[in-house]
Amino acid sequence: MTVERQEGDGDRQPETRLAHYHNPQSWDPYHSEPLTAKQEAYYLAPQWKLMWWKLRRHKLAVGAGLVLAIMYGSILISEFLAPYNLHSRHTQYIYAPPQTVRFFHEGEFIGPFVYGTEFTLNMERMQREYEENTDDIQRIRFFCLGDEYRFWGMVPGSFHFVCPAEGGTLFLLGTDRLGRDILSRIIYGARISLTIGLVGVIVSFSLGITIGGLAGYYGGWVDNLVNRIIEIFQSFPQLPLWMALSAALPAGWSPLLIYFGITIILGLVDWTGLARAVRSKLLALREEDFATAAYLMGASPRRVIFRHLMPSFMSHLIASATLTIPGMILGETALSFLNLGLRPPVTSWGVLLNEAQNINAVALYPWLIFPVVPVIIVVLAFQFFGDGLRDAADPYK
Amino acid sequence: MLAYIARRIIVMIPTVLAISAISFVIIQLPPGDYLTTYINELQSRGENVDASQIEFLRQTYGLDKNLVEQYFFWLGNALRGDFGYSFEYSMPVTDVVGDRMFLTILVTFATTIFIWLVSFPIGIYSATHQYSIGDYTLTFIGFLGLATPNFLLALVLLYFANVQFGTSIGGLMDPQYIDQPMSWGKFLSVLEHLWVPVIVIGTSGTAAMIRRLRANLLDELQKQYYVTARAKGLPARRALFKYPLRMALNPFIADIGSLLPQLISGATIVSVVLNLPTTGPLLLSALQSQDMYLAGSFVFWLAGLTVVGVLLSDLALAALDPRIRLGGGAVK
Repeated sequence: MTVERQEGDGDRQPETRLAHYHNPQSWDPYHSEPLTAKQEAYYLAPQWKLMWWKLRRHKLAVGAGLVLAIMYGSILISEFLAPYNLHSRHTQYIYAPPQTVRFFHEGEFIGPFVYGTEFTLNMERMQREYEENTDDIQRIRFFCLGDEYRFWGMVPGSFHFVCPAEGGTLFLLGTDRLGRDILSRIIYGARISLTIGLVGVIVSFSLGITIGGLAGYYGGWVDNLVNRIIEIFQSFPQLPLWMALSAALPAGWSPLLIYFGITIILGLVDWTGLARAVRSKLLALREEDFATAAYLMGASPRRVIFRHLMPSFMSHLIASATLTIPGMILGETALSFLNLGLRPPVTSWGVLLNEAQNINAVALYPWLIFPVVPVIIVVLAFQFFGDGLRDAADPYK
Repeated sequence: MLAYIARRIIVMIPTVLAISAISFVIIQLPPGDYLTTYINELQSRGENVDASQIEFLRQTYGLDKNLVEQYFFWLGNALRGDFGYSFEYSMPVTDVVGDRMFLTILVTFATTIFIWLVSFPIGIYSATHQYSIGDYTLTFIGFLGLATPNFLLALVLLYFANVQFGTSIGGLMDPQYIDQPMSWGKFLSVLEHLWVPVIVIGTSGTAAMIRRLRANLLDELQKQYYVTARAKGLPARRALFKYPLRMALNPFIADIGSLLPQLISGATIVSVVLNLPTTGPLLLSALQSQDMYLAGSFVFWLAGLTVVGVLLSDLALAALDPRIRLGGGAVK
């Protein structure tokens, strides 16, 4: 740390002493420096606005937030974005490799197209082999009619953003063992994989706030008890506990019930971190004067916690919650990969990865592990976004 | 110090009891018990059900009593070292678990060491070269390790080892050593295979540890004692190693508590993919076939392992840090 030397500090000479200063104007006690419009906006801005200003400076977090917004936006219109229906099978194209989009055919520009593929069964290696037929040019169509679907399972339609040529194929990421387009399945899978973390976080958030709130507000033996419970929960390795609990879900449940069961399990195991955060914040805040004032005026504990204390650290909490979502998405992926999570026909990224369960899949059909790419992107995006959000929510940084 | 150890161990007892209760609930969660599943399976195969054998099992494990009684029955047996009967393997749970638990501890221990060795220099580098290209690159790689599901990393590594070296790196030892007593050759073979699961499981933990160390060290580097030390002419390297690094070292010991469950979680799924003879694959198959005594005991042992690990880390921390020893209770 450097201390600037004040002018004339210490070794000041008597003859250079300044003359006594007197302001001739009379003093107006009500005078104040008028704030500029910019200053006023800053000082009067509500907390969420300050957070937004701070977040905006964090380029990486903004980028990550955009990625997340696009991905969550896509689940609204998955049917439109995916070139094929979730369940349409192409028995002629089982384990077909990804097709490359090309623009030039023999040096001539003809717009985006793919070559048709021809299929031979190699009896020697017992393997399906696909070869590109460079005479068969299949132009990709945009904003077109293709596979039929039911929008959100209700409204029938067949309008797609992109479709294969008439009678042609468009498997940008290859197909699986039933000849289903992997790209389409990834786009549909986002619906389950992205929401499972949100629902799970809502569960763990409500548990964390309630239990942590009780511990932090009452202190004493309640606090001790809650702390012990949290310690016990935290000493369980998450994944084995998730596995045990989801194995206990009745096999007869419908896929939708299983989905909610899994989210609740994810939340039930995960709430301890949030509860700790709530507790420590509350312990500090309840000593503040405004909390005492509310209490003296007869506010009930619930009102003090939720009306007076909670808003002070809500932003911080939301940021912490954002950081627990990726863990849940990875958890669901792992559970489904192990056949303990979601089951087909519900399609999540974990269910898709279940197909790539052994080394043969990786060696022969490496495109089966493509669904891991969106998993990595989402987890990274949540991590960066959550980090930025937490920094922005922290008033001391 | 003795008083601290005693206090810590007494606090542990109710924790272990609660863990046992939760494990028991897990045993009981699926509808029906293993015997009904077992009978169904035998009947579907058209085999005869030996009523007297079923009755014997039912009585030995108290399946005819109510839940609370069953719990204390199970707990009482557990205290005597009898964790119940694995119906799938037709032998006591302790016999099935024993060897695998040891290998799980081995893998977890090796992974912890790996995480320390990797994150220590990287954390220091990132903190002392904040915002440099190296810092950004290492941080990004760390994040990537955090975001990749480690079972997939295992698969990919398995594949490349197969293609590049032509060896199968699955398992934890060469096939000829399986079920053999411990020998020098077996030990070496285990060491040869150990690095894959260690790296795969370690990636996620490493990233978290690097970030923790980096943040701690950055905090320390801004403090006045460090500035003073530098201002008095202490070389950067010496000043760093002498003071701030020691302060920032606490997470290495203290984080074992949160690291262990994470490592065991990672080990569970990675060992399924790599087919390691640790607890993971067995836990999975036990859960799938509702061999609940086996599954419950696994969960209990894994949680117990964590509790003991946390205890050890707390004791180590207390030995290192007088504030904790004298103040009583861990500071988080």
